[in-house]
Amino acid sequence: MIYLDNASTSWPKPPGVSEAMVDFLNQTGANPGRGGHRLAIEAGRTVDTARQVVAELFNAADPLRVTFGHNVTAALNFALHGLLKPGDHVITSSIEHNSMMRPLRELESRGVRVTVVACHVDGTLDPQKIEDEIRAETALVALNHASNVMGTILPVAEVGEVTRRRGIPLLVDAATTAGAMPIDVEEMKIDLLAFTGHKGLGGPTGTGGLIIGEQINHETIRPLIQGGTGSYSEQERQPAWLPDALESGTLNVVGLAGLTAAVKWIRNEGLVAIRKKLLSNRTRLTEGLQAIRGITIHGSRQPEMQTTPIAFSISSLSPSEAGCKLDDQFGILCRVGLHCSPAAHKTIQTFPVGTLRFAPGLFTSDDEIETTLSAVRQLVGGE
Amino acid sequence: MCESIVFLFFSSSHAIRGGNLLQQADIAGKLMPVPRHLSSDCGVCLRITRDQQDKALEILTNGRVTIAAVHGLHERQT
Repeated sequence: MIYLDNASTSWPKPPGVSEAMVDFLNQTGANPGRGGHRLAIEAGRTVDTARQVVAELFNAADPLRVTFGHNVTAALNFALHGLLKPGDHVITSSIEHNSMMRPLRELESRGVRVTVVACHVDGTLDPQKIEDEIRAETALVALNHASNVMGTILPVAEVGEVTRRRGIPLLVDAATTAGAMPIDVEEMKIDLLAFTGHKGLGGPTGTGGLIIGEQINHETIRPLIQGGTGSYSEQERQPAWLPDALESGTLNVVGLAGLTAAVKWIRNEGLVAIRKKLLSNRTRLTEGLQAIRGITIHGSRQPEMQTTPIAFSISSLSPSEAGCKLDDQFGILCRVGLHCSPAAHKTIQTFPVGTLRFAPGLFTSDDEIETTLSAVRQLVGGE
Repeated sequence: MCESIVFLFFSSSHAIRGGNLLQQADIAGKLMPVPRHLSSDCGVCLRITRDQQDKALEILTNGRVTIAAVHGLHERQT
């Protein structure tokens, strides 16, 4: 079995992740912030360590401004619904995931004006196009760092220069890039970073969060969910301070134990080395696919503009048929279809059929890549 | 004079962060349930010896940990 669906979730996880989770369940297990006993305190330390390692990974100044949630979708919803109000204007790109577009379209139905800036057919974006759309009522620029479909990286740092200069918050969806390449929120002038723990970061599902930069007055983010926080307990109103304001209910502490182990592993490996390895895997796969007649690769041809996912089409087979045969006949697991991003597929002109998507991971071996290419050649009939 | 000082925080997250920062700076701090006579909150507070107060305050402030209150504490009040 060859797993090439790391853009859905990374698998296997780095060494130590499952052990950290089992250790937490067996040795600690308590609920942080819901008592003053030693196990509650230890559980609190587990969460605090997760905040610290995540903050360090992204160069965020204050770990207490790392708020945790179930996934990046929740984080984006917290940011978008929290910040935008009727009459506001938001700018986004034409290759966003539905985790960005669906809340934006919902907000649009409530009176928020949404501008979708068109990317090129390869997914690349001219940052000037973002600046050209800024108006007096622009309240937010919201972009994914890279497409989950074809892996095209957007010029977030260049856009950050613009938004910081113009005094507009920049929200970045790092679902596809966190853990796959260096992200420095200070250097890139990212005001709000939404991340997921279970893809490139190598943690378990059910983890993710929103990092709120110090330029943002966090009290301007209206909490989407209110509830128990283990603080301010004499009041029935949501606390205003971070992280509590955005962390109602019990966190996935066992998941955060695993996420910490994963992020520490990434730190030890180094994001520059990780980026190099992932790019090498991607390049080998892409070049092999490009040499097969009847295959079309979507996205930029420049490796530095790409992260891991490879979207491609086979002229003689529909994506669903090809994906099924790859699984059944060759044990190669990938995702087919629209990848929860109709916008990206419309941009790369593969809507509504969609594409196949290969997403190799850190643990994808050279042999697995060669076996995959051989399988595709057999599937297409060239071997 | 009180033997100990307790820092109260707006949330346990801040208390735990504070405890970790002090530990990294080799200041012995104990996280403990908040004494009822100080607050009705269900979280934890951070207790240190009085002689460490100024240094602890500096570390917590530099670490962006928001302190809700500082109280003296006699042992019999814990």
